Amino acid sequence: MLQAIQQKIDPTAGLPDVKAASEARSLLTVDQVTLRYKTPNLLITATEDVSFSVERSDRFVLLGPSGCGKSTLLKAVGGYMAPVSGSIHINGRPVKKPGADRMMVFQEFDQLLPWKTVLENVMFPLIVARKLPRREAEARAREYIDKVKLTRATDSYPHTLSGGMKQRVAIARGMAMQPDILLMDEPFAALDALTRRQMQDELLQLWEDTRFTVIFVTHSIAEAIKISNRILLLSPHPGRVKAEVINVDRARQDDGSAAALERDIHNLLFSESGHRE
Amino acid sequence: MPSPQIILAADVTTNRQHTNVAEVEQRLGSLELILGISAVRKTVLIIVLAIIWQVYASYLDNPLLFPTLSDTLTTLYDRFVDGTLPSRIWTTLQVLITGYVAGTLLAAILTILAINTRIGTDFLETMTAMFNPLPAISLLPLALIWFGLGASSLVFVLIHSVLWAVALNTHAGFLGVSRTLRMVGGNYGLTGLSYVMRILVPAAFPSILTGLKIGWAFAWRTLIAAELVFGVSSGQGGLGWFIFENRNLLDIPAVFAGLLTVIIIGLIVENLVFQTIERHTIQKWGMKE
Ligand SMILES: Nc1ncnc2c1ncn2[C@@H]1O[C@H](COP(=O)(O)OP(=O)(O)OP(=O)(O)O)[C@@H](O)[C@H]1O
Ligand SMILES: [Mg+2]
Repeated sequence: MLQAIQQKIDPTAGLPDVKAASEARSLLTVDQVTLRYKTPNLLITATEDVSFSVERSDRFVLLGPSGCGKSTLLKAVGGYMAPVSGSIHINGRPVKKPGADRMMVFQEFDQLLPWKTVLENVMFPLIVARKLPRREAEARAREYIDKVKLTRATDSYPHTLSGGMKQRVAIARGMAMQPDILLMDEPFAALDALTRRQMQDELLQLWEDTRFTVIFVTHSIAEAIKISNRILLLSPHPGRVKAEVINVDRARQDDGSAAALERDIHNLLFSESGHRE
Repeated sequence: MPSPQIILAADVTTNRQHTNVAEVEQRLGSLELILGISAVRKTVLIIVLAIIWQVYASYLDNPLLFPTLSDTLTTLYDRFVDGTLPSRIWTTLQVLITGYVAGTLLAAILTILAINTRIGTDFLETMTAMFNPLPAISLLPLALIWFGLGASSLVFVLIHSVLWAVALNTHAGFLGVSRTLRMVGGNYGLTGLSYVMRILVPAAFPSILTGLKIGWAFAWRTLIAAELVFGVSSGQGGLGWFIFENRNLLDIPAVFAGLLTVIIIGLIVENLVFQTIERHTIQKWGMKE
């Protein structure tokens, strides 16, 4: 089985037919997307010619060294940034602006609205974007707050919560919306190692419950392997697709296959370019 | 060879739940709570100052220059009971509230335009740069020519004193809202006015409140000063006029009573109204800088 995974890592193999087969019914297709930032005196190409597709219930990870354009890609999928060339489609419709069909969970702790309690934070998008009546919104919000184990903090204001608790509220808020895709940009990066592991486990548990679709950005190879079923490896400056790893969820901790995969991905990311970041 | 070992703490019963919240969150002592309220500390300070006033004025013994606190309070009481002060206060407050509300509304319109359009931004920035340094009271002579001797001149000057302070602070607050929060608002599909009202206004509330406070302070001072200059409108002057009139009559305790009223009203608004708002908003939300 390990052999099969290694085969798929090979940057030259497998990619074209994966794309061709999935194009017709994919939940999200990103097709030859180039993204640029315009600064006063120069044009920065963040990603170039990136293509991938995400299927329903995928736990899709964007992995790559710092500065390879992961956040930029996620922002483009979120609709905050228009591609210079290429296209992004969700459910067959082109992505033009931000919307509640793609809920974002940010890395920053200040993503909760400080003037609302935990419950109100989770309810708010249900009311304004999903147009749910208050009682229904509250019931659903409470359900997801329970799921992320924050029942005790339901009526607290965000500034009284710890960093990990805030991220859990943000995740509950995203999931309660039951979006087509949950977009998570290094949501656990600012957490300590212990909390981080716990949050990864909880995320997987939640996925077992509801089988949501998620795109997860990280630059930790171990986190990528633990969380995902598919990984897109990006190379830096500008970000290009280096490889796609599939069936990641079959790598296991106990027989050492996860560790082997981690080593392989590491070598692939850092070998030829010759520099570490 | 010794192997790693985990030694449990003596009182650890595996995964003990805190059944009682009080174990984790303890209430503060009541003296600590009372001294924690800054209104209480300030009241104590005011009482001390009042005692110093009384002692010094009795020692001076010259009611024409500096009446005692008790004389002032007696006069204050008399003028209150005979109805002069309440009607003066009412006249002043009517003008004040009209000007303050109108100025704030105008500021709201200007900043909403400024945040949504570029021409609005340019307009607001130019106007605040021009008018903010101009003391509102200096417009009074002009206002008198345009609007005549009456409340409308005062309201015009008040609007000017409130508008720029509130607009400047609100706009700065809007611009300071973090990119993450703005992206969150976009994520919810909020645009235009609902985006401003549901995301920007609460997120910028500390700055907005600062603007409202500065605007209030400007308006209050400007109004009293303006009333001192001409005061009488349709035969019924305000507080400033009350002070001026009694100075002419050499009724110095009444002048002091008028000044004291101005201070008390200022204190009530600044320390009660605004601080109550603050306690129920930015302090509760942990947004106070
Ligand atoms: N607002 C911006 N203006 C100009 N250039 C930017 C901006 N944001 C990002 N970039 C550039 O785009 C490239 C990709 O940035 P991006 O934030 O997407 O990287 P990333 O993969 O998320 O990195 P990290 O793992 O450190 O978060 C970088 O070279 C960066 O310099
Ligand atoms: Mg990033």
